[in-house]
Amino acid sequence: MPMTMKPRQRVDLMLSFNLVITISLCYVAILFMVAFLAERRATMGNATWLYSPLIYTLSLSIYCTAWTFYGAVGYAARSGLEFATIYLGPTLVMIGWWWILRKLVRIGRAHRITSIADLVSSRFGKSTTLGMIVTLISVVAATPYIALQLQSVTLSFSVFAQSNGQVWHQADLNATAMWVAMGLVVFTVLFGTRNLDANERHHGIVMAIAVEAVVKLLALLAVGVFVVWGIAGGPTEMLARIDNSSITLWDHNGGRWISLLFLSAAAFICLPRMFQVLVVENADERHLAIASWAFPGYLLLMSLFVVPIAVIGLDLLPTGSNPDLFVLTIPLSEGQNGLAMLSFLGGFSSATSMVMVATIALATMVSNHIVVPIWLSMRPNQQAVISGDIRHVILLARRLSIAGVLFLGFIYYRLSGGGAALAAIGLVSFSGAVQILPAMLGGIFWRGATRIGAAAGLSVGLVLWLWTLFLPSFGADAVISQAVFDHGPFGWTWLRPQALFGIGGLDPLVHGIFWSMLLNTGTFLVGSLVSFPKPLERLQGAQFVNVFEHSAAAPAWTNAAAGAEDLLIMAQRIMGSTDAQAIFEREATRQGKKGYLPEVTPAFVELLERELAGSVGAATAHAMVGQLIGGSGVSVEDLIAVADEAAQILEYSSRLEAKSNEQEQTARALRDANAKLTALSIQKDAFLSQISHELRTPMTSIRSFSDILRDGEMTDAEQKRYSGIIHDEAIRLTRLLDDLLDLSVLENGQVMLNEQSGSLSELLDRAIGAAGLLNSDLVILRAPEVANVTIKTDLDRLVQVFINLIANARKYCDARHPRLRISVHDRGSHYYIDFVDNGSGIAFDNQQLIFEKFSRLSDGAKAGGAGLGLAICREIMRRLGGDITYLPGQYGTAFRLRLPKKRVPHALAQT
Amino acid sequence: MGKRVLLIEDEPNILEAISFILSRDGWTVHTHEDGETAMKKVEGFPPDMIILDVMLPGRSGFDILRDLRASEITKDIPVMMLTARGQEKDRELALRLGANHFMTKPFSNAEVRDHVKELMGA
Repeated sequence: MPMTMKPRQRVDLMLSFNLVITISLCYVAILFMVAFLAERRATMGNATWLYSPLIYTLSLSIYCTAWTFYGAVGYAARSGLEFATIYLGPTLVMIGWWWILRKLVRIGRAHRITSIADLVSSRFGKSTTLGMIVTLISVVAATPYIALQLQSVTLSFSVFAQSNGQVWHQADLNATAMWVAMGLVVFTVLFGTRNLDANERHHGIVMAIAVEAVVKLLALLAVGVFVVWGIAGGPTEMLARIDNSSITLWDHNGGRWISLLFLSAAAFICLPRMFQVLVVENADERHLAIASWAFPGYLLLMSLFVVPIAVIGLDLLPTGSNPDLFVLTIPLSEGQNGLAMLSFLGGFSSATSMVMVATIALATMVSNHIVVPIWLSMRPNQQAVISGDIRHVILLARRLSIAGVLFLGFIYYRLSGGGAALAAIGLVSFSGAVQILPAMLGGIFWRGATRIGAAAGLSVGLVLWLWTLFLPSFGADAVISQAVFDHGPFGWTWLRPQALFGIGGLDPLVHGIFWSMLLNTGTFLVGSLVSFPKPLERLQGAQFVNVFEHSAAAPAWTNAAAGAEDLLIMAQRIMGSTDAQAIFEREATRQGKKGYLPEVTPAFVELLERELAGSVGAATAHAMVGQLIGGSGVSVEDLIAVADEAAQILEYSSRLEAKSNEQEQTARALRDANAKLTALSIQKDAFLSQISHELRTPMTSIRSFSDILRDGEMTDAEQKRYSGIIHDEAIRLTRLLDDLLDLSVLENGQVMLNEQSGSLSELLDRAIGAAGLLNSDLVILRAPEVANVTIKTDLDRLVQVFINLIANARKYCDARHPRLRISVHDRGSHYYIDFVDNGSGIAFDNQQLIFEKFSRLSDGAKAGGAGLGLAICREIMRRLGGDITYLPGQYGTAFRLRLPKKRVPHALAQT
Repeated sequence: MGKRVLLIEDEPNILEAISFILSRDGWTVHTHEDGETAMKKVEGFPPDMIILDVMLPGRSGFDILRDLRASEITKDIPVMMLTARGQEKDRELALRLGANHFMTKPFSNAEVRDHVKELMGA
């Protein structure tokens, strides 16, 4: 039973509205100073405290926005203890940091991830499309949330205005919201886009939000202490009042509890602003360990007084008062103006810090994943990268995006009428952001996840979320008419936004989350299972999923031909001259050179790409470096990707026979592949030139003979023969691609070794069987000791080496009666396995060369290999902890394999 | 008897394809697969035109072209070069050394036939 309260006298206004405005502006000015000083300290390099776990933990508190500050009390007043789920979700994620957060942070650092869109894009083969989808979802999902901040700040202003006796109409609220939005744009632009950090960290902003974190916590605690000791008269009395209040009477809906718990946990890692502070701004992985208990502690303190404030507010204030504003109205009604002001600043802090970080994160995504790709695609030549002022374009894009995102929030605020409860809006926003969860978790834990699956899942999730939660959030007849709510669009009842497939009666939130997440995840899984990843996707996938095994990024660039000067000019445009020159000078010094122009080694280009990725995202950095380095990119992966498409075309070719339309297609596809290869061909580098040669040669035969077949007019025997050639060449091309991929995977260290024991004789039997000796004269002799040797290693990989060596002897041994002698020697820690033939051997000058890619010495077309065999052997032996060398002085071609009896685990890590 | 084309190319399948389409057009096609001895072959019987691959065993097509242009007997024979490397600088080098045409693999048969016809002055 509620207590009867003595009506309190209305306190005369002591806080004039203008004073509130002045104090807010002073507060903003102080934040400005804090941010400015932190930024200066950081650039001067003497600010290790900026990277402390304390600051990191405090910066995470942007999770607690105005929604938590004001809305939690309102939530508790309306729905009882359910509000606690919003704190429990993140707590679970932080406590379980070892499983997800640690991996995200490691991946973020290893791949210089700039945003959640960049993470998803990068994981699925640096896909521009995915970056755009995730950006779109994030912007739409953040819109209600931004609106919510505007609403809460506006409402809090109106409380002061009303306590001054002014009467505020809707127009006043709208005007205030507009001013608040504009003020936030100015502040965020000033601090968030002052420079394009190479690593996208914003020390000034982080410091400012840390200060705000303290202010909002102190404010809420102060109000809480006042309520418990100042009004209720102590903890005991407080507990009695809580027991008597209606808050504990609310019944708890299990489905809603679980949904909310999931929602807040998932949103904690999927919200762009949380990803920004958790991953992008993280300076040290170890900070996570401390934040894992410190942040839940912060949340506990934030939630400690929520229920008491709600209970007292319900008791004390007239019925019909907005519970979202209890934190503010209780001190005001008690005449505690100082406390009310503090509380106002707490709410103001919560709103501003969230908006700043959220708009910065979103602006980064919009500029990196939408504006720059479009801008680049409009300027297809490399001139744009060198002379165009990219830095200017990016900064402008970010500033406009910040304004745009806030404007969208303002529009949402106007459209939704600013009437809905804070918590309800927040949940709509959360459920939008979590649509990214399946693609993100799938991407970092499941190698089978593909770009197609991710794009399909995200799209399905986005559409369902818009239909079931976002559009209905404007209210009936605002966007969706009441008729559609009741009967579905076009009378299709199974599409009713709050009763999909005819399953009604669920809480709308539970309903929306259930269907969007179920179909999103389902589509993602099915899409991934039925589609086939491209090589670059497979490589990125392996690196993300196994990030702890090898944290180094894939060596993407093979020997670059671009001038160091061009690269420097480009880097300066993006990172600013100081940072860019520092990187170039460091590299030059490392190479023992003076000045700023180092040799452009593959390692350096890779490093540079990573640094650039920190500013503009992986996909864009890749594309930009690609434009400079020649054609549309020259990494092995890119080439394989191009060739992959060519390989698909070749499947048509081998089925050629007679159908002319299929041949049309083949010709067109080949022309496309050819156009791509031509674009790639500006390269000077020998390796590329070789790959190009190796790919074009079989393609030439295929194209030419398919033209001939299409012309018709030939004998059956000719037709059969030419189809046969096309078939054989297609196989040759496929084998080349397989070898390239195998080599690339080996070089990147992404091999899972499957260690087993086996007898050397049996392994040799297997290899000889697979080496194609049927029509060959080659005789293989084994030394007797071979029979006694048992080996423990990855047997399949070792057999692959054996097959290569035997096949080489078959192809290249030029003796009249070719013989290959295989022997084994026990040398303590190692076995030495020798393969010696009786041919004329390899000249001294070439003995090192043969292990290089495409280093075929004689005519390869006849030998039928691409010249990758020995390079693959060398990589395999390295992975197995041994090596392969050419053994001179044996009167024939001789190779020696050194294989450790016990594999040294460390051998895996080195490349 | 049609005019004579000498085709110097080491990939047997490409050799076969080009021979087939040019013979079908009525040209007499001679083939040669080795770079080192190619010059001797040309001087032994000067053909009406030469199709010359760049990457040949023994000697590169560019070296052969240089010799062709230096020799009195062969300096006026039209030469069409083929390459699978597809680099712009290769094209420039070929044209500077006096090639009449330069073609990147893979090519369409019509392209080969048209250019041969053109260079033969037919």
